[in-house]
Formats: sequence, C-alpha cells, structure tokens
Amino acid sequence: MSRHDIQLTVNGASHRVQVESRLLLVHLLRENLRLTGTHIGCDTTHCGACTVLLDGEPVKSCTVLAVQAEGSQITTVEGLEQDGKLHPVQQAFWDKHGLQCGYCTPGMMMTGCALLARDKNPSEAQIREAISGNLCRCTGYSNIVKAIQSAAEQLRQQ
Amino acid sequence: MIPSAFDYHAPASIPEAIALLSRFGESAKVISGGQSLLPLLKLRLGTAEHLVDIGRIAGLEYVREEGGSLRIGGRTRESVLERSEIVQTRFPILLDTARVIADPLVRNRATVGGNLAHGDPANDHPATMLALRATVVAQGPNGERTIPIDRFFTGLFATALAADEILTEIRIPVPPNRSGGAYMKLERKVGDYATAAAAAQVTLDGAGNFSQVGLALTNAGPVPTRASAAEDVLRGKRADEANIAEAARRAAKAASPTADRRGSVEYKREMARVLAVRALKKAVERAGGR
Amino acid sequence: MSEPRTSPEVCGMGHSMKRKEDPRFIRGKGNYVDDIQLPGMLHMDIVRSPFAHAKIKSIDASKALKIPGVLAVITGETLAKYNLHWMPTLMSDTQMVLPTEKVMYQAQEVAAVIATDRYVAADGVEAVEVDYEPLPVVVDPVKALAPDAPVLRTDKKDKKDNRIFHWQAGDRAATDKAFAESDVVVKQDMYIPRIHVASIETCGCVADFDRVSGKLTVYMTTQAPHAVRTVFALVAGHVGLSEEKIRIISPDIGGGFGGKVPVYPGYVIAVAASVVIGKPVKWVEDRMENLQADSFARDYHIHAELAAKKDGTMTALRIKTLADHGYTDAAANPSKFPAGLFSICTGSYALKHAFAEVDGVYTNKPPGGIAYRCSFRVTEAVHCIERITDVLAQELKMDPAELRLKNFIPPEKFPWKSALGWEYDSGNYPAALRKAMEIVGYEALRKEQAEKRARGELMGIGISSFTEIVGAGPSKQFDILGLKMFDSCELRIHPTGKALARFGTKSQGQGHETTYAQIIAEELGIPAAQVQVEEGDTDTAPYGLGTYASRSTPTAGAAGSLAARKVREKAKKIAAHLLECSADDLEWEPGKFSVKGSPSRSKTIQEIALAAYTNHPQGMEAGLEAVSYYDPPNLTFPFGSYIAVVDIDRGTGQVKVRRFVAVDDCGNIINPMIVDGQIHGGLAMGLAPALLEEISYDDEGNITGGSFMDYLLPTAVETPSWETAKTVTPSPHHPFGAKGVGESATVGAPPAIANAVVDALAHVGVRHVEIPITPEKVWRLLKENGLAE
Repeated sequence: MSRHDIQLTVNGASHRVQVESRLLLVHLLRENLRLTGTHIGCDTTHCGACTVLLDGEPVKSCTVLAVQAEGSQITTVEGLEQDGKLHPVQQAFWDKHGLQCGYCTPGMMMTGCALLARDKNPSEAQIREAISGNLCRCTGYSNIVKAIQSAAEQLRQQ
Repeated sequence: MIPSAFDYHAPASIPEAIALLSRFGESAKVISGGQSLLPLLKLRLGTAEHLVDIGRIAGLEYVREEGGSLRIGGRTRESVLERSEIVQTRFPILLDTARVIADPLVRNRATVGGNLAHGDPANDHPATMLALRATVVAQGPNGERTIPIDRFFTGLFATALAADEILTEIRIPVPPNRSGGAYMKLERKVGDYATAAAAAQVTLDGAGNFSQVGLALTNAGPVPTRASAAEDVLRGKRADEANIAEAARRAAKAASPTADRRGSVEYKREMARVLAVRALKKAVERAGGR
Repeated sequence: MSEPRTSPEVCGMGHSMKRKEDPRFIRGKGNYVDDIQLPGMLHMDIVRSPFAHAKIKSIDASKALKIPGVLAVITGETLAKYNLHWMPTLMSDTQMVLPTEKVMYQAQEVAAVIATDRYVAADGVEAVEVDYEPLPVVVDPVKALAPDAPVLRTDKKDKKDNRIFHWQAGDRAATDKAFAESDVVVKQDMYIPRIHVASIETCGCVADFDRVSGKLTVYMTTQAPHAVRTVFALVAGHVGLSEEKIRIISPDIGGGFGGKVPVYPGYVIAVAASVVIGKPVKWVEDRMENLQADSFARDYHIHAELAAKKDGTMTALRIKTLADHGYTDAAANPSKFPAGLFSICTGSYALKHAFAEVDGVYTNKPPGGIAYRCSFRVTEAVHCIERITDVLAQELKMDPAELRLKNFIPPEKFPWKSALGWEYDSGNYPAALRKAMEIVGYEALRKEQAEKRARGELMGIGISSFTEIVGAGPSKQFDILGLKMFDSCELRIHPTGKALARFGTKSQGQGHETTYAQIIAEELGIPAAQVQVEEGDTDTAPYGLGTYASRSTPTAGAAGSLAARKVREKAKKIAAHLLECSADDLEWEPGKFSVKGSPSRSKTIQEIALAAYTNHPQGMEAGLEAVSYYDPPNLTFPFGSYIAVVDIDRGTGQVKVRRFVAVDDCGNIINPMIVDGQIHGGLAMGLAPALLEEISYDDEGNITGGSFMDYLLPTAVETPSWETAKTVTPSPHHPFGAKGVGESATVGAPPAIANAVVDALAHVGVRHVEIPITPEKVWRLLKENGLAE
C-alpha cells in the first residue's frame, strides 16, 4: 500500500496521521506535526541535525520512514522542557555556550540526553564518540563537550 | 533527498514476509534497519516498488550462546551487539567491528543481518564473519537453510540469498581456548567506509603456533573475501612477527581494491597489509600470545 | 585582561554574558527559512545539469506537468521574456539564472519545478527531460589559458580567451632587485584546493509576492539582506519590483561563513515564480546541491618566493597566483579587490619589498571563491606566507619560532605601513608567539621530538603567526557593486529606560543579540538584558552591508557605540536640565550623570529616558534616540600565534593533532566566552581544510566530493580539545578598541598544521606538503624517505 494510517506518540501526545509510505519521519515531524525544532542538514545520513529519540534511542529521523515509527514513542527537542523547566542538557548548552547558530543543537542535545540516560559519568572521549554522528560547523565541539559534562554533573546531583 | 513512491508492507511473521517476497519477486526489497537501503532510495540510486519491512517480526533480535555457537538474530541492531555482555567479554572482534560501523546514531537502527545481506564489500561485518567462519541462516518458502559464509557473498551487492529469502540468524562457532580476534579499520573519519580493514580470528596451540586462522579484508575487492593464501601460510606456524608479516604481505597481494578518494590502489593494498599485521598481532595478544 | 568597567547586572564589555538568543534555540524554537510555512505556499525544486559544459537542445516538461500537483516548470526561456535569465554578480560579471543556450558547470540550474509539496516537486524534477549536446570541458586553469583553449564565455561579445582579471600590488622592479641582492632565496609552489563551507543549514528562501499591494517579501538565508534588496531592485526594476516594496527578511540563519552572501539563481527563480503565480514559493536546496553548485572557496595555485639575508632577515617576497574562479567571477569581494585582501600576504613580518600578482581565469566549474570564513582571500595569503616562512627556516637551519621572532614587525613600529600598502593598526606579535610557546611547552616538545626521532617515532610542532585584515571597510577603497561598506546602528531608548538597537549586519550564530547589547550597556549603563537587538529585516533595520569577513564588530559594533554616545550626549543635556546645572558640571559613570563634587545630585539613565518623553527641555526635541552610519577610517588587524603538535602513524600516514594552542589578539573583547566560541569554531574550520576537505573535478568536469560521503567534515572525534589564550592590543582607531575575530582561527590554523606535519619529516628533508594532508600523502613521503612501517 502506498498510504498508511499510523499512530505514534510524540513528546507524550498521541497522533494519528495518514502518510505516504515514502514520507520520512523528519518530514512528518516538521511538516505534518509542525515541530520544526528537528532540522535537516544533509541528504546522505551524515550530519545528525535530524536526531530524535525513538523509543529512547537517538536515531537520524531522515533515515527512518514515518511508517516505521508506527506505535513508537518519539521525543524531539520540543519535548525536553517539562512544565516550563528546562532539561539539564538544555540549561547546560546555554550555560556553557554549547551553541552558536543553533542549527545542529537540537540533534546534539537529543544525543546528549540519550548518552546521559545510559552513562552518568562519561569521559571526554566517550562524549566525543557519542556525538560523532552529529556535525557542527560553528562551535568546534569543545563547548558542546563541556555542556554535556556540565549536564552530567547536574543530573548526578539530582 | 526524497525517494520515489513505493508500497510498504510490514508483515508480522516470517511466513508472511516470505509470501510477500515471493509475490513481488525482484520488485520488492527487504528493509531491516534501513540505514543502507533508505540512503540509496533517497538519492534515487536504487528503486523498489515494494518494501517489505521485517522490523515488526518478533523474535529476530537476540545475542545468545546455544549449542556451541554464538547466535545473533538477523535483526539485531549494531548498538545491541555492542552492548551485549557476551560480545564484550568473549567476542571482542565483534565489538571492534560494530564500533566502527558508521556512527553511533546509525548503529541504533542498522542491523547485523542487513550489514551482511546488502552484499557490500565496504561493509564491516562481512570480513569479520569470514574470519570467524560464521554460518548464515536463511528462511524461504522451502523452509530454513544454512549457508556457510564462504558461499554467502557472490558478487558486488549480491549474496546467496534468494529474492524470497530472509536472513534470520548468524551463527558463529564458539572458539576454543587460546583464541582471540580483532578487527582493525582505517577510515578517513568516523562514519566513513574503510580505506582498508582487516579481521583476524586465531587459535594458538600449546607451543604458540597458529592452529586455526581466519583472516579477511574489507573493501579490498568487489566481493568480501577471505585471505586464504595468508591463512595457509600461518597455519601450524609460530605466531611471531616474521610469519605475521609474511601472511599480511600475501593478503595484500591478493587484494584488489579500487582507487577512489580514500586512496590509490597501491596505498590501499599497503594499508591492507599494515592492518592485517595489526589485526593479527592483536588477535594473538587476545589469544594469550605475546 | 583588565576587569570589566560595568557591574554584572549591567553586563557591558568584558563580561561572559550568557547569550540572549539561546532560549529559542535550545527549545527548538528558532525560525529558520525552512521552518516558515505560509498559507498557499508552493515548493520549488531544481533540475540540474549532469554535464559541465553542454548546449541545451531541448527541455521537455510535458511528463512533469502531468504529475498531479506540479503547477509549472520554469526555464531560461520563461525568464528571458522578462530579461531575467542573466543577472549581475557581486563582482560586476554576469551569471545565468537559468540558461537559454548552454550550461557551464555540472549541477548548474537548468529548470525549476513548482509544485504543491516538496515530494511532488522532487518527482517533477525527475520527470523533466533535457537533451544536452556536450561541449569540450575546461577544468584545468593552466589549460584554460592556453592559446587553443575553448573560449567559455561565448556570451561575452569579443571575448577571445578565458582570462578574467590581472591584479597586482607592490613594486615589481624594487622587489626583483631585492631578490637579486639577497643571500638566500626559497621558492615553493602551493595549491590551496577548492573547498566548500557547508554550514549545517543549506541555502533557501520563501518568496512571497503580494499581488494586491505589489510588495515582495523574501525570507532568505542571506548574510547581507540590504545589499540583496538593492540588487533585486536594480535587476528586476524593469519588471516592476521597486525597492520600497521589497522586503528581505533574514530570519535565524544556520551558519553563513560567507556561503550565504551570494545571490544564488534559486532565490531569483523563486522570486520570479512567486511574482508570476502570485503565491508564496519556497525553495530549499538539499546538501548535494549546496556542495555542488553554491559558492566555493580557495582554488588558488600559488608560486611563492621569499628572499632573505643569511642571518635570517627576510628581505623580499614575490608571489604569482592563478585563481580558478569557475565560469564567472561571482566572488563577493569588494569591487576594487578582485583578489580580495590577498595583499596581506606580507603577513606579520617587516618585509620591505613585496610584489604579488593574481590572474583570475574561467573554467567549467561553479562560481565563487571566498565563501569559507576567509576574510576575502586572507586564508590563502596567510597559508602562503606562513608555509614559505617555514621553508626558509628549514633552508637556513633555523628554528621556525626564532626566524619569526627575528622578523616580526616590532611592536613599537605600529601603525605599520606594509610593503603592499596596508597600514596595520596595532600589533604585538612577539608577545603572542612567546605566550603560545610557553603554553604549549615549546622547549620540552622539541626535546621530546628529538627523543622520539631517535626511537623512530614521528611528531611535529608547527607554528603559524598570522596577521588578519578585517572590518571592510573605509569608503575610500571599499564598495560592493558601488555600495560603500559602512555599517549602521539605530538606537532608541524607551520611556522606561529600556532600549531597542537595530543594526545593518546579520548574525548567523556570532551572538550579536548579546554582544551588541553589551556594547550599548557599556556606553549607557542600561543593562544588556534590557537592550533588545534586532537585525535582518530590511523594512526596519538601518542600511548595512551585512556580516562576513569579520566586519561586524569593527563596523556595526562601532556604529552601536557611536550611536550610544550620541544618545549619551543628549542625555547629558537632559540631565543638566533635570539637575538645573550646566552640562559642563556633569560627570558620567556607567548608568548615571552626577554633578562634579556633589555625587548625590545625580540622574540615572532611566530617569533621563523618562524625562525625554515627559519633561524634555524646551527648545529640544523629545525622545532619546540616535543613528550612526560608521565609515571606518581603516581596517583592523587581529593577529595571533598558533602552535600545533601532531603525531604521525608510520604505518598508515594518519596525522593525529595531539594539541592545538591558539593565542589570539582581537583587541578589546566584548564577550570572552563568545570570542572563545568563535575561535574554537574557526579552528575546526582550519583543521578541516588542512586534513580532510577537498572538492575536485575529473577531466569531464564531474565533481568528486559532492556529498558528505566524500566531502569530509570533522566530527568531535577528529578535533582535539582546543587550548586558547589571549593577548590584548587594542585597535587605536576603533571606538572601543576592538578588532573582530570570527575568521582568525580559520586563517591561522591550516598552516600551523601543515607546518607541523612538515616539521615531523623535516629531518629527512621533506620541506612541503599540500593540503588536505591525507594519510596517503603522508604515507608517500614516509615511503620515499624510508620511514614507512
């Protein structure tokens, strides 16, 4: 079939949408659901600007079909803030100047969140490896690493 | 960036999947993690009228030891393989390999089965599975069959899988004591395919000689191949630098890489040699050798 | 660095204020071009040529037009009806919007499909059938100058060759004489390959023509919205677009770095489509289009010669360069500088004689030349001088740091008139280099290198002591298409003492919403948190030439401080009125005027602001605002010394950057945290061309490196943890002594890395390596010198 009715949960809210088979998840999020915080930066699955959490794992949403996400729980950058409170990763990116143009930032933060959910005290090398699927042109990565380290510390104290 | 239109099917069981593949034949493609197929479709370099997604079929993702083999479900994601305790402690060659496939995000979707079934000599698992002398399990309309890894890769982007077969499991014989393996990859940056890579799996006897050797190269020709001449040279010989060097020389000589931006033929051959040495040395070290 | 003059509450200069723009970005609430959705909006996608040079025999859009949702297919013929098929470039050359006769580079725009959604538009593009007749391709710039080379620009009547320009600076005769009289001469060819800046956001626009009002609004990824508006008005005036009815809005931009300065054909076609159809039209290119068709940078073939006395004193520099510009000159240089500011190539050294010449040439490649954080060819100039300085050091068997210290322009000699005509405003090069050497532990590293060499291990230490030239620029010399390169600030203080400041520049991540607020805070004592900064909407922002070439702080930042000073002047008079004294009796501290000797008699800027609307002196206009259009008296000259430490794998040739120390001097610093961020980013964009990035073409003009598969951007794994430090040598002519810093690191870093790799192999006589320094290049050098594993 070339069109499907799918249901997926995005940032805690359930959505039913009818989509073409070929619709990419990133376009579903950005165009159908108007969640434009997830960005597109390439066409060969390299840049990671489109990173979202799919059932808790960071994935490149440009290389997932919307239909493949049927029944999944998706978290985008818009879902990080809870009840007006920034997620420690968001706060840390702000505190440590971990962003400049902001375009790679949502993807970076989602990857950072997933890393810290799995590893409470990653080393610098582990952080660099974890974000090696997310490209940034502005920051030279140093402050992104510092931001994730700072968020890790905040989360450890919670 | 945008694929051509296709029909998408998400069978809930293997028989259902096979029925769909039989029905659509060459106009259908199996999608597993999609991390090789979707990029091709997005660039419209490949077309498929029908995608048969095996992602909804339960029970295809597992890593377990059974009956003397490590058994990996065909839909096991690379990230799951990386995190498996068995792999980390007893099959570090698989950890080495998984860790250099694409990048961590891609590995949350890409599957081991897909990495083999794509038939791409640039993928990383083929060489490792050759070195490990693995067996591929496929299911089709005529039931289940096993395909030794040496017969699995038949051509560029071609495998022994029939159009209506699904790769459901990979079986790796549990190596005896005093075994070790390693995968060494040279890449221009994280996420790249190999400029050159070597997988080595060895067993040493009490005297410190190679009793078993598996050596294979990545991206060294149109088909993932075993470096048999190199293996022959090592079998029964001392696991020392001179023998390893000679084996690596032979492995490189038999390689036929293509020139591209990763390097000239000459450079890639040399790197195959250098990495074969490093992979063998590491494998020997892990086997309890020097 | 001195302490900030203002409190943390006011947060003027010197404070590492957290960025005011971040709240929206960290929430995913940025407003980038592709986020914009307007009612009835259509999507545009572009059909591109697979050939580098070919006649277009026919374009058949019939199949495309049959696809449901495809509304129109625009070709060169369509645009030719409105004489819009060609447009000027920013260098006053001409370029095609859509071709009517032939294409001149692979991936050139050939037709545009307008459809109801982007998926249908992509299908439409697939379905357009174009019949090409390939023509001979010219990709080698040397061959392009051969007498029998095909003439590419057949659109230019009377053009008989592929030359674009010849540019030169300096005294050739005096330089030749100095060479003849020197003890030592070193020569080096260097090729600085074509690269692409590849911001994570590609280019695009939403063009929205309102048929009723006749107003065109274009949301566009542009670093220079006003210049674009004026260009549109000039180019399309004949079809009814009038400048007061054109609004260019540059919303949030996901990285610019020069790549979002040119006016790309896609923008013009989208505008034309919107005007004709009467609906908004969105065009956003994908990554491969961006890499393959948008403005590149570099592609300079350099032959450099440096002369010196045998004691190491440099005497003369001579450079000849061939510049491959692609099929048209669309580099966005200031008009009198077709080779940009390449004449900064005398660098940080007290060279008395120099001569530089650059010849531009057409080839069958996309146009451009300076779109990668390069300050108008300064990356090329600095790579050249810093590389050949090391060649000289090697020839003289001198330590490269020692050679530099010997030849630096002495700190007491500033302002310094260079042999090629620039007046460097200020500098202290020895201090920066010595600081870098201290931080990196230079002596210890040299010892380590010697010990490692004895064991057969290879490590290298590379220095780059660069002088930058930014802040274009003084109206006497600088203009783009005739528009002078001033910049502007319009500052308004509200009754409740808050401020609105609008500027003619456009941040693409540099943090202007924060740094400009800090400038105003510094001058007026209004807390930076209460200064609203806006840029990018041509309907509201004062005219400016935009943000690129590190010009914002030197020009618009200056305008901001001067506008604030005008406000302060008026505030002083209001304060005198309120305090019933003479203005001469007042003294200022950040945030208030008080009576000299009577500090309790004072008025805060907030009280003054309120009075400007409620109690202004008779005879004076109400309100409290000012505008400044700043024409800089000179450029500014940031500088620095970088030291890279590399280790080389003798088996694979891989280069690992173990450490990178960057000492920068950008004069007085507005926000140290933001400056460091700029430097980190620039360093990554310096490492990338040094080790990874290159775009090249085969003999048929087919691109290699046209996607992220082969065009390699470094990740967090390839980049080291950058070590940064500062010296502060203010600019004497800038209102607050700042110089700009956005591109320093991209300029200074590549030669540091190249020098380090050569240094690692200098003991076997290697004296040069071309960037990008791929593992194979290093491996060949190892092999040739018996060092391969």
